[in-house]
Amino acid sequence: MIIDGSEGDLKRFLDDLPPVDQVGADARAAMLATRSIKTTSKAWAIDMAISMVDLTTLEGADTPGKVKALCAKAVRPDPTDLTVPSVGAICVYNDMVKIAREELDLIGGRKIPVAAVSTAFPSGRASIEVKKQDTQDALNAGASEIDMVIDRGAFLSGKIGKVFEEIKIVKDICGEKAHLKVIFETGELVTYDNVRKASYLAMLAGADFIKTSTGKVNPAATAPVVLVMLEAVRDYFALTGIKIGVKPAGGIKTTKDAIKQLVLVNETAGSDWLNPSLFRIGASSLLNDLLMQRMKLRTGHYASANYVTID
Amino acid sequence: MSDFEYANAPESKAIAKISQSYDLFIGGKFIKPKKGKSFNTINPATEEVLAKIAYADELDIDIAVSHAKLAYTKVWSKLPAKERGKYLYRIARILQERAREFAVVETLDNGKPIRESRDTDIPLAAAHFFYHAGWADKLEYAGLGNKPKSLGVVGQIIPWNFPLLMLAWKIAPALATGNTVVLKPAETTPLTALLFAEVCQQAGLPDGVVNIVTGDGITGAALVNHPDINKIAFTGSTEVGKSIARSISATKKSATLELGGKAANIVFEDAAVDEAVEGIVNGIFFNQGHVCCAGSRLLLQENIMDEVLEKLKKRMSLIRVGDPMDKNTDLGAINSLEQLRRIKDLASTGDSEGANRWSPECKLPTKGYWFAPTIFTGVSQSHRIAREEIFGPVLSVLTFRTPAEAIEKANNTMYGLSAGIWSDKGSKILWAAKQLKAGVIWSNTFNKFDPASPFGGYKESGWGREGGRHGLAGYLTSDAKVSK
Repeated sequence: MIIDGSEGDLKRFLDDLPPVDQVGADARAAMLATRSIKTTSKAWAIDMAISMVDLTTLEGADTPGKVKALCAKAVRPDPTDLTVPSVGAICVYNDMVKIAREELDLIGGRKIPVAAVSTAFPSGRASIEVKKQDTQDALNAGASEIDMVIDRGAFLSGKIGKVFEEIKIVKDICGEKAHLKVIFETGELVTYDNVRKASYLAMLAGADFIKTSTGKVNPAATAPVVLVMLEAVRDYFALTGIKIGVKPAGGIKTTKDAIKQLVLVNETAGSDWLNPSLFRIGASSLLNDLLMQRMKLRTGHYASANYVTID
Repeated sequence: MSDFEYANAPESKAIAKISQSYDLFIGGKFIKPKKGKSFNTINPATEEVLAKIAYADELDIDIAVSHAKLAYTKVWSKLPAKERGKYLYRIARILQERAREFAVVETLDNGKPIRESRDTDIPLAAAHFFYHAGWADKLEYAGLGNKPKSLGVVGQIIPWNFPLLMLAWKIAPALATGNTVVLKPAETTPLTALLFAEVCQQAGLPDGVVNIVTGDGITGAALVNHPDINKIAFTGSTEVGKSIARSISATKKSATLELGGKAANIVFEDAAVDEAVEGIVNGIFFNQGHVCCAGSRLLLQENIMDEVLEKLKKRMSLIRVGDPMDKNTDLGAINSLEQLRRIKDLASTGDSEGANRWSPECKLPTKGYWFAPTIFTGVSQSHRIAREEIFGPVLSVLTFRTPAEAIEKANNTMYGLSAGIWSDKGSKILWAAKQLKAGVIWSNTFNKFDPASPFGGYKESGWGREGGRHGLAGYLTSDAKVSK
């Protein structure tokens, strides 16, 4: 064990992490954004990105119809071209999990996991009892991935033991049944030092994935934030031999954005992470842009927006 | 799952129209050298000849200087200052408009990655003209005395590592302060200077205000020794700098010399390690290490040595070495065969003196001049590779135990051009910066340049400063001093 589990020990460990220099991290992310990804590598990256999309709908107005449409899109993103891979997962609110799971099973998407946002998403402002029940409900409905939010208020007021315990409790509930993604809401943690600390805290508490944002707060998955998280999983692997996944979510809307994320992965954590089991992109509108760019590569010209399906 | 291979992403060569041959740019026109001699400039990444370049000898220098003198007395010194500024603004704008073309020519002639010429060299060159354009009519307020006066004809000799940028560092302040110029670009990288001559024509700059003469060391010596030259501005090796200092010692000529360096890049135990590793890489591998202020001596606090070296090696294995025209290339070609030999010779002394060499696995092209990114560990102050300027992608790693020892080792060099400090602790940075004897000190960054910031060295790294308010002083009469 790296830490003995006490709050004091956890705090000591996090305080010993090297600091992040904001200017330097921004500069590195900006440099990597200049990589020019063309032709064959672009085609490869587009398919990889599609297979990493956590196709998401998290609206108060979500209905069974909307969720079922999203499931169809997840299984066959482009019905005219069956070489397009399926997406990484469907991500919905708790009460839509059952509908999504049944629909996916029905239409040939048995392998596509359903992720549920949990623990009083997006704010995380509820008692641990509510958060436990929230998670249990999602599992009962058939979720195989849990996207939980951390208690940012506790983190920012220094109660990191509370944050740590909550993740551990949710992880215990997930057990072998579900993958746990821990959402930081980096737009509320603000500093890169906080992002690094939250990353280690979550990994030590048992997260399978660390995730930037809920998509409800701006800024979300900025390149430097993802860079810092990728450095954390890379260094955690060197320390423990365990590979933790990373999921940027929020603000990744275009193929260009997605490819920049893949470049960040490639040149930070390394090619092992270029895999849907270790890198996901939480998005809703991104998928259609990826499909349009894929068509453009194949046919040589841009199709109108009506040649990709709306969901 | 296969790896993410980046497909070739070459910048188009067709953007640049390189002529088969270039004449000397004297008196606003391209003219043939008197004796008709020439030499070739090549692409160091492929060894292909790019163009035939006129060779200027003493006779041609004499003609160029007389044109510059005439332009000074008849036109440039009589022009209202704000008119000089207008020309500089115009040149700056043309450089921006033709930036892509300049970047391509620079990369072809020099071997540096297109990403660097595109994102650093050319934008900074334009920035220098913009900055100095603003000074032209405000010299009385620069703290250099009541009515600072220009010097006359300035001879300028620039190196091959940042050809257009060094031209801008020289020509922009010289023109802003009212001088006229005879400039000699380096023998191996004359093309962007000749392209700049076209820009002078395009901007309508009066004939003879800027003259570009191409040639080798003998051409440079003729320029230095010409009696009608009032000032020499030189950037290059300490050896040549010393010979220039000797030859002007009994004359009225003044000089600014920007010479070699062996910068210490000091990483303290409390540094932001990931960003420090980036800074180490940027400090020594930017521009193939052909940088006078390169962070070529890494001073690591001994208790973080293993962690930093491990991360540094991982990071170095990601450096993309190869075709400079590819937009994803990080490390390009060594500028010349001569320089490649120097790097190889000095690196081999590292081996023979007992340091440990390490390079990541990388495939070097078979044609052209290449040197893999290299670090030497186990280096001490007495190794040649810790003392002499290698001017290539070779880093010497030394360690220290206390901050005081770091400063002592950092200053224990005949040079004093630049230094880097990596620490998360502000008070330590300020303390270290005060102790270091170097003209430029970066903290938590490296190789950052700005026209407003003076640049220059202590000790054998040179005389005078270039850039900023201090840089203006070198082009104005000697009673003009920057007030503190």
